[in-house]
Amino acid sequence: MDWRGNYQGSSFFELLQVEQPQLMPNMSAMGQAPIDSIPHGTTVLAMRYEGGVLVAGDRLATAGHSVASRDVVKVFATDNHSCMAISGAAGPSIEMAKVLSVELEHYEKIEGQALELDGKANKLSQMIRQNLPAAMQGLAVVPLFAGFDLRRGSGRLWKFDITGGRYEEAEFDATGSGGIYARETIKQGWRSNMDQESATKLAVDALTAAADEDRATGGIDLERRIFPIVKLCSRAGVEDCLEANIESAYRDTLARRTNGGSSS
Amino acid sequence: MTMPFYASPEQIMADKAEFARKGISRGKSIVALEFAGGVLLVAENATSLSKVGEIYDRIAFAGVGKFSEFDQLRKIGVRFADTKGYAYSREDVVGQALANAYSQAIGEVFTREMKPLEIEIIVAEVGDDRWEDHRKNSLYRVNFDGFISDHANYCVIGGNVADVEAWLGSNYQAGLSAGDAVRIGQKALDSGSERGSNLTEATLEVCLLDRTRPGRKFTRLSVEEVRVMLDNG
Repeated sequence: MDWRGNYQGSSFFELLQVEQPQLMPNMSAMGQAPIDSIPHGTTVLAMRYEGGVLVAGDRLATAGHSVASRDVVKVFATDNHSCMAISGAAGPSIEMAKVLSVELEHYEKIEGQALELDGKANKLSQMIRQNLPAAMQGLAVVPLFAGFDLRRGSGRLWKFDITGGRYEEAEFDATGSGGIYARETIKQGWRSNMDQESATKLAVDALTAAADEDRATGGIDLERRIFPIVKLCSRAGVEDCLEANIESAYRDTLARRTNGGSSS
Repeated sequence: MTMPFYASPEQIMADKAEFARKGISRGKSIVALEFAGGVLLVAENATSLSKVGEIYDRIAFAGVGKFSEFDQLRKIGVRFADTKGYAYSREDVVGQALANAYSQAIGEVFTREMKPLEIEIIVAEVGDDRWEDHRKNSLYRVNFDGFISDHANYCVIGGNVADVEAWLGSNYQAGLSAGDAVRIGQKALDSGSERGSNLTEATLEVCLLDRTRPGRKFTRLSVEEVRVMLDNG
């Protein structure tokens, strides 16, 4: 510990860059990475509902054509009122979620005041921009960021591209290899004033549809009892949706499909 | 030829210590108390500039003396703890290592720099109910010269330490409720104040390390919450 350190600001990410560069999650030195051997996350989604915003993701990570992990977690609470869902290269994405959550807590402790939701999204976009060299080599981090904006009293969500471009979505979005199928399902069922329960059902529907069409997305695995992660960000904070609720939503979806309908 | 003035090392150290002590004793006191639900920190502070702050999940900081100096120490403590927790695990950030690092840093300034730090700090850590060997709370005090001491039950820095400690010595009991601990803290600070007993919720800064909370244990009580606790006594 140094009384007069080299870094005097409020950002943990910058503190690492200045004082502890060896701890920085810097993947750009890898050269041409053998991408097929690195686990990738697949489908994640976020949608607004009456009380805030819901963020969900399946549990499968794939490396090339193989299963890397069946129960990976891709949705993280980054603080009390925000969540980040990752798709893309799992290693750098999970590390970025970890740095972001330390960053938000660090800022709050140093400044005595938490960042605004806009500030949090902006910081994440800078971190993604820093990862651009690695993204060009195939280690892309393309998360969704969502949270409850205490000033506006509503849920908000953003998607990002590999250059750190940040786009706020008014209703919902999904990314990852099965994102396109999940988005189609949500588009058909989404309403602006959905309650928590119907939002959860729609998310489970969308993930089931994505798993059906995209081989890299994991469906709900009743045999191993592996369920998607569904988090709800509301004024009260971030809560996990109970597995029992996810299971009953999934059984509803299954019942409809068995009766001759499609997943939606 | 002019001769440089000679001053013995003893003299230099004594002068520095006197200088630092003078600055610190002019300030107001802070008390850290163990109670049934964790650790309570009570500071006499009528301003909006905090003297008590959060360092990590189970660790809080309190400082008296020159604001710019102890606030800088608070910030380097947060940087130290967050870096360690990021590189290893959250459970690896412990109060004793932090208090030792503070002692080193403050002692270094005392011996090397012209002007010592005019501060005294407390590092308080609440026990962790999950691990058998981490259930106890810890209270460390670090002085302006880096001298470190650990305390049980309560710890006082700044202002009239002797009077406040003497009052606590005859009035503190183990296993206090949060409300009782706030009132004991208020009375202890009153006993050291030359103006007699007139500390109210508006002139107290009260923070808790609440061992029943999940994750980050630190909370700052609002003026309203403190008022309710003082009124219920």
